[in-house]
Amino acid sequence: MASAASSEEAVKAAKVLMVGAGGIGCELLKTLALSGFSDIHIIDLDTIEVSNLNRQFLFRQSHVGQSKAKVARDAVLKFRPNINITPYHANVKDSQFNVDFFKQFSVVLNGLDNLDARRHVNRLCLAAEVPLVESGTTGFLGQVTVHVKGKTECYECQPKPVPKSYPVCTITSTPSKFVHCIVWAKDLLFAKLFGDKNQDNDLNVHSKDDSSSKTDVFERNVDEGLEQYAQRVYDHVFGYNIETALSNEETWKNRRKPNPIYIRDALPEDAVQQNGRSWDHKNEEQEPSAMVFLGLRNPQEIWSLADNSRVFLEALKLFFEKREKEIGNLIFDKDDQLAVEFVAAAANIRASSFGIPVHSLFEAKGVAGNIVHAVATTNAIIAGLIVIEAIKVLKGDYQNYRMTYCLEHPARKMLLMPVEPFEPNKSCYVCSETPLVLEVNTKTSKLREVIEKVIKNKLGMNLPLVMVGATLVFEDGDGLEPDEAANYALNLEKVLAELPAPVVNGTKLTVEDFQQELKCSINIKHRDEFDEEKEPDGMVLVGWSGPVDQQVTSNGDKRSVPSSSSADDGDGTAEDISAKPGMKRKLNEILEAKENFDALKKSDVGSSSAQVVDDDDDDLVMFDEDPKQGKKKRLQ
Amino acid sequence: MDGSGAEGELTAQETALYDRQIRVWGVDAQKRLSKSHVLVCGMNGTTIEFCKNIVLAGVGSLSLMDDHMVTEDDLNANFLIPPDESIYGGRSRAEVCCESLKDFNPMVRVSVENGDPSLIDGEFLDKFDIIVISGASLKIKLFINENCRKRSKRIAFYTIDCKDSCGEIFVDLQKHSYVQKKPGGETEQQELTYPSLQEAISVPWKNLPRKTAKLYFAMRVLENYELSEGRSPGKTTLSDIPAVLARRKDMCDKMSLNESQIPTALMEQLLAAGKKEHPPVCAILGGILGQEVIKSISCKGDPIKNFFYFDAADGKGVIEDIPPPPPPSAN
Ligand SMILES: [Zn+2]
Repeated sequence: MASAASSEEAVKAAKVLMVGAGGIGCELLKTLALSGFSDIHIIDLDTIEVSNLNRQFLFRQSHVGQSKAKVARDAVLKFRPNINITPYHANVKDSQFNVDFFKQFSVVLNGLDNLDARRHVNRLCLAAEVPLVESGTTGFLGQVTVHVKGKTECYECQPKPVPKSYPVCTITSTPSKFVHCIVWAKDLLFAKLFGDKNQDNDLNVHSKDDSSSKTDVFERNVDEGLEQYAQRVYDHVFGYNIETALSNEETWKNRRKPNPIYIRDALPEDAVQQNGRSWDHKNEEQEPSAMVFLGLRNPQEIWSLADNSRVFLEALKLFFEKREKEIGNLIFDKDDQLAVEFVAAAANIRASSFGIPVHSLFEAKGVAGNIVHAVATTNAIIAGLIVIEAIKVLKGDYQNYRMTYCLEHPARKMLLMPVEPFEPNKSCYVCSETPLVLEVNTKTSKLREVIEKVIKNKLGMNLPLVMVGATLVFEDGDGLEPDEAANYALNLEKVLAELPAPVVNGTKLTVEDFQQELKCSINIKHRDEFDEEKEPDGMVLVGWSGPVDQQVTSNGDKRSVPSSSSADDGDGTAEDISAKPGMKRKLNEILEAKENFDALKKSDVGSSSAQVVDDDDDDLVMFDEDPKQGKKKRLQ
Repeated sequence: MDGSGAEGELTAQETALYDRQIRVWGVDAQKRLSKSHVLVCGMNGTTIEFCKNIVLAGVGSLSLMDDHMVTEDDLNANFLIPPDESIYGGRSRAEVCCESLKDFNPMVRVSVENGDPSLIDGEFLDKFDIIVISGASLKIKLFINENCRKRSKRIAFYTIDCKDSCGEIFVDLQKHSYVQKKPGGETEQQELTYPSLQEAISVPWKNLPRKTAKLYFAMRVLENYELSEGRSPGKTTLSDIPAVLARRKDMCDKMSLNESQIPTALMEQLLAAGKKEHPPVCAILGGILGQEVIKSISCKGDPIKNFFYFDAADGKGVIEDIPPPPPPSAN
């Protein structure tokens, strides 16, 4: 079994690439080293944070701020000094990690936390023909899957959910959930006040006074006191803007009307006070915190409107007093205490205004940071399962490859449930050569839109090249001649039908990403009209099985605010469990343990049925695939 | 007890460190964890995985008992012992492991308990809420389990053992009430009653469902053989196979089980394993046990009742609910 000599030899001879040195990565590196692996390369872009220390056990307080990959290596060498671990403090999407780089490895093991990087690694593994063992965890749930070209499905054979996005007008005018208030506070207000001033921002779109103010209300006036400025911003966003919105009566016919909140209402006593504060300079070492300053100690506590208002004003002032240099470049980061305080307070004040229940800083931070719930035990279990699967892959023992689910509630007595892998999906645009069809208005849509919305966002290409027949119309990346680059830039702004090689009904586009060695064909089908609500991109990719966009387009807004920072420092997610077509339903039928997946509710788009094979010796869970994807056969 | 969070709220430091896990099990569970005391007897690949997990989770204290001097064999599945004789030479497994574990979380007290598990007395046990035994003989396991059950306070008892690519966990929570999460999200109070280890290994095999894990039976044959031959656990080799198969036949005959339910290949595998532990299996078992102990302390979530098996050969992690033997009058 696992102790067979051939396993040991396979392990000794293996050269493995680990992508991710986070929650799963730390456990995995340790278990690989103990299991006899002696040539391990590990890529991670991240540095160590305090909130990693509860599970990423190779890291200590003193390592905060250092490269995860490098510290993990040093920690493991302490108990296995004679093995080779090569760390890369880098992004796996960097061009140095190309197909040739991937080809040197016997197997690639993923412990990633975001879809984008997972898709990228999947493509490189396919191109380099290196087996991939993929993994993810959320709380007590987790899964390990095996992807071997030609033998099992690739990571992208089935749709994957992408982060939620919300219609602009729900965020700017008609929030109904706390998360809407968080998105407003984080992606609009925080970005407006502290981020890049040149970015488009919808914060004021619905205030109808386009006429007057050339001056930006969010700019601090010369000579304006900080307290005065903070109060003015407060009154503008929570008072004036709400009142303006209320004047649009149509909006509120079937909705609860919000209450404008002004500082004089929220803080009747101390609103007048202007300069009666000073930061304690003894604590210069400490991160500036409005909470600490105001004596609010418990992040689990629900603050009153007055407390939220004080935190809002204080946090805003602290940014200007303590971090002025960063203003204009700040991007919300869940590990930035002051940013979290500001966003939590702003979201709560807005929630109060709209009659939405308010939340503690701790909860608000979870929502704002898309924080993946993570515990050490699940990561340890998943890492163990990855190594078991990796050893099978190294031995070429493909009959025994399994996808394994780690469950919170036992199903058929099992807490760890192995399932036979699926065969490749013959219509997968990543691992098969099925052409895609793009319905688009070739007379109004620009090349730029097709590249951004379809080729980059949906197909996940990094540096795409676009050809119409034999004519190159666009290429991305470094090393272009200036005239080429200028030419491509011009093409970007042209509508499809007016490109040097016109793209019209029936044209075949070839798009390619050299780094990913992914090439696919897109047949163009012209269409005049698109439903603004259902087809907000103004174009539709048919026969596409990439990420499922979970956009909620309930009130006809053309664009949507993506909930930013999809990635957390977490340990991936166990989303895959329910992401396969029909998978969620099938598993539920078998498991009778729906609660395993309550945290992972995803759209159920499949039409397959489940079958549990039950014989005397062995239980094996089997799935009947959708017939068009080929019938699965039992391997044993 | 240091830190102001003992009775009241968690400190800011605790909130920051435990942020991600509090999002999984809640503040109350975290507070209960920080007040719980755990004893682990026998330091090996599975127990160090378990120790790592609960130290990271933030239990109040962890005591380690294992007087055996560290030898080269101990290094195999153990990431707590640096492979440097000048560090581990002449020191006990508990001492060396303790030193490394302390580093993992400054908020947890990790210490060494000198002594022999076979001499553990009742009062000593009262210091702990959780006892985990590994690599011990059946006799010691039964002795400690019975002692735990005699105390007035509830002491949760676990055994964990890895035989190369297979593993077993036993759980005795005596009477355990906990909050169960229902599919809709609502919660319900539940109570479970566990059999003792003696009871759980005495049930006639013919009473068990046909699909009971083969490892349950195989482990009983092995421990029965070790006990009667006076072997310490894992001190068996493939050369014992004829005697072990004879023992299998004996036990199967007595309890009306078809011998084929305990495949010879499985018995051979367990004998050949000796003390060898497959590190990925240790990680899996130590992870499952860590979760179980957290469930038991927090009184949240369905605990394992009362055996758990993992076998890397089929990849299944299975729970077996083995009942106590029926009372004599029922026959
Ligand atoms: Zn595919």
